[in-house]
Amino acid sequence: MTGAIPGAMTETLHARGVGVRLGGRRVLDKVDLSVEPGEIVAVIGANGAGKSTLLRAMAGLIAPAEGAVTLGECALADLDVRARGRAIAYLPQERTVHWPLTVRRLVGLGRLPHRARVAAPSVDDRDAVEEAMDAMDVTAIAERAVTELSGGERARVLLARALAQRPRFLVADEPTTGLDPAHGLTLFAQFVRMATQGRAVIVALHDLSLAARYCHRALLLKDGATLALGTARAVLTPRHLAQAYGVRATVTEIEGRPVVLPIEPLP
Amino acid sequence: MSEAVVDAPARDGLAARVPMIGVLAAVAVLAFVASLLVGPAGIGLPGGGDAARVIFWEIRLPRALLGALVGAALGLSGAVLQGYLRNPLAEPGLLGISGGAALGAVVAIHTGAAGAFAIALPAGGLIGAAVAAMAVMLLAGERSGPITLILSGVAISSLAGALTTLALNLSPNPFALVEMLFWLLGSLTDRSLVHVWLAAPLILLGGALLLTTGRALDALTLGEEAAQNLGVDLVALRNRIIAGTALSVGAATAVAGTIGFVGLVVPHLLRPLVGHEPRRLLPASALGGAALILTADVALRLFAPLSEIRLGVVTALVGAPFFLWLILKTRRELGP
Repeated sequence: MTGAIPGAMTETLHARGVGVRLGGRRVLDKVDLSVEPGEIVAVIGANGAGKSTLLRAMAGLIAPAEGAVTLGECALADLDVRARGRAIAYLPQERTVHWPLTVRRLVGLGRLPHRARVAAPSVDDRDAVEEAMDAMDVTAIAERAVTELSGGERARVLLARALAQRPRFLVADEPTTGLDPAHGLTLFAQFVRMATQGRAVIVALHDLSLAARYCHRALLLKDGATLALGTARAVLTPRHLAQAYGVRATVTEIEGRPVVLPIEPLP
Repeated sequence: MSEAVVDAPARDGLAARVPMIGVLAAVAVLAFVASLLVGPAGIGLPGGGDAARVIFWEIRLPRALLGALVGAALGLSGAVLQGYLRNPLAEPGLLGISGGAALGAVVAIHTGAAGAFAIALPAGGLIGAAVAAMAVMLLAGERSGPITLILSGVAISSLAGALTTLALNLSPNPFALVEMLFWLLGSLTDRSLVHVWLAAPLILLGGALLLTTGRALDALTLGEEAAQNLGVDLVALRNRIIAGTALSVGAATAVAGTIGFVGLVVPHLLRPLVGHEPRRLLPASALGGAALILTADVALRLFAPLSEIRLGVVTALVGAPFFLWLILKTRRELGP
């Protein structure tokens, strides 16, 4: 069950002309994004540009006012919520855990969309939980209460929950915030592993160097609309970054890896 | 921090070793049997003549059954609401349903209906609970979240409380006033099997509804968005919780009056023993609530057999100090 999943190669997650209004304000306007199995797509943009809103719409958590999000031929809104939970895992930016569950139990919540109402966890469920904890390097703290962990440990545990869903699409909202450099890299190594298995990752990011290095494509949002969409290299240019973030930036390479370095805010 | 690290596995180990549900079930059964055997007419009623049989079937059995049902309803509903609102201070009264039931019963006494037919008193309570639940539902709106629900519940609760005080204020005579006041204090005395037949189906149905929320409550540990992603329909969940609480707590309050603190204290005490999992807390709290009410009722009969001290007063006397302790504990945990 570690390899590609049946059907994984056939379905694409499409956002078509997605517009979202929150409290009368237009926060997303005619955004198109198609994510193919096997790719990692960065959603970038300044604070308030609509990244989180787009991610929520693509995970089916909010219904767009205009346009639609479809998985293959099926609109997310028409999909059974549990089937949706098996196909798409959503990792919110919010990392509050309300009760002091153990790490293992919390990661196990990722199996809820796979489990029949009263059934005990299956072998598949247990495997998925152990594999996810292993991938995020939290097996050693499996019996600790999540609320007692450091911020970085908690971030990894919450991602392990999403991995335990074994989704075809992972939608992650700024998953590297608060992670130390080593665990940030581990996390993207995991995304790459998922992509090679035929899964896809859609990730909102502020670390543009990580976006340039690991993401196949990038969508740059400004004020809820698309400013640029294409390969990470084509999107992450000084001109785009000046337009989107109001910052003078340099894009260079160190040890053969792309680095995006913001220099100073533009006047 | 280092202390907590050492602490955590030990606590979990304990929870794993002790089959908590079994222990709670045993305690509840013991309390139920004690409730059948203990009373002013003598302990045990061995063999028994006609009088003993009448005491057993007409007085003790209904009282024990109602104690178990009412306690289970309060404990279960408290656990569900704490899980749904992700707040350890939530309790069944928060939704305004027990307030509505109390108002309905007081109105039944006030109008004299309760004097005319014994069944009018609990029926009034049920109508009050249903009206309060519908009002909360309407006020909270179609797609609202927990905060709006709490606000609506508090509003309906205050309104029901104000109207109840008005009914007391306008009491037709001192006897009615005393009757209303004593009823409000909450009690299991002088209930018959009719009360059991009236309340039991509603409490069982409401309880069954509440027991189905376990997985959704587990998922809510991660917050509303993650829970939605895990397949939880938040609107359906909220409606199920209001309906389940209206049926179980509404029926419990309609037959036993307002009994406070059980729904707050029981889930709180049991939560660490089930590893803090909302789903596992639900059956545990139902059993714990039943055990607590039955024990308090037996204690009342043993230690103050002829006094007029009401069950609701006893649970409040136990509950309030617990609340203080909770505040001190929270302060210690949050303090420097």
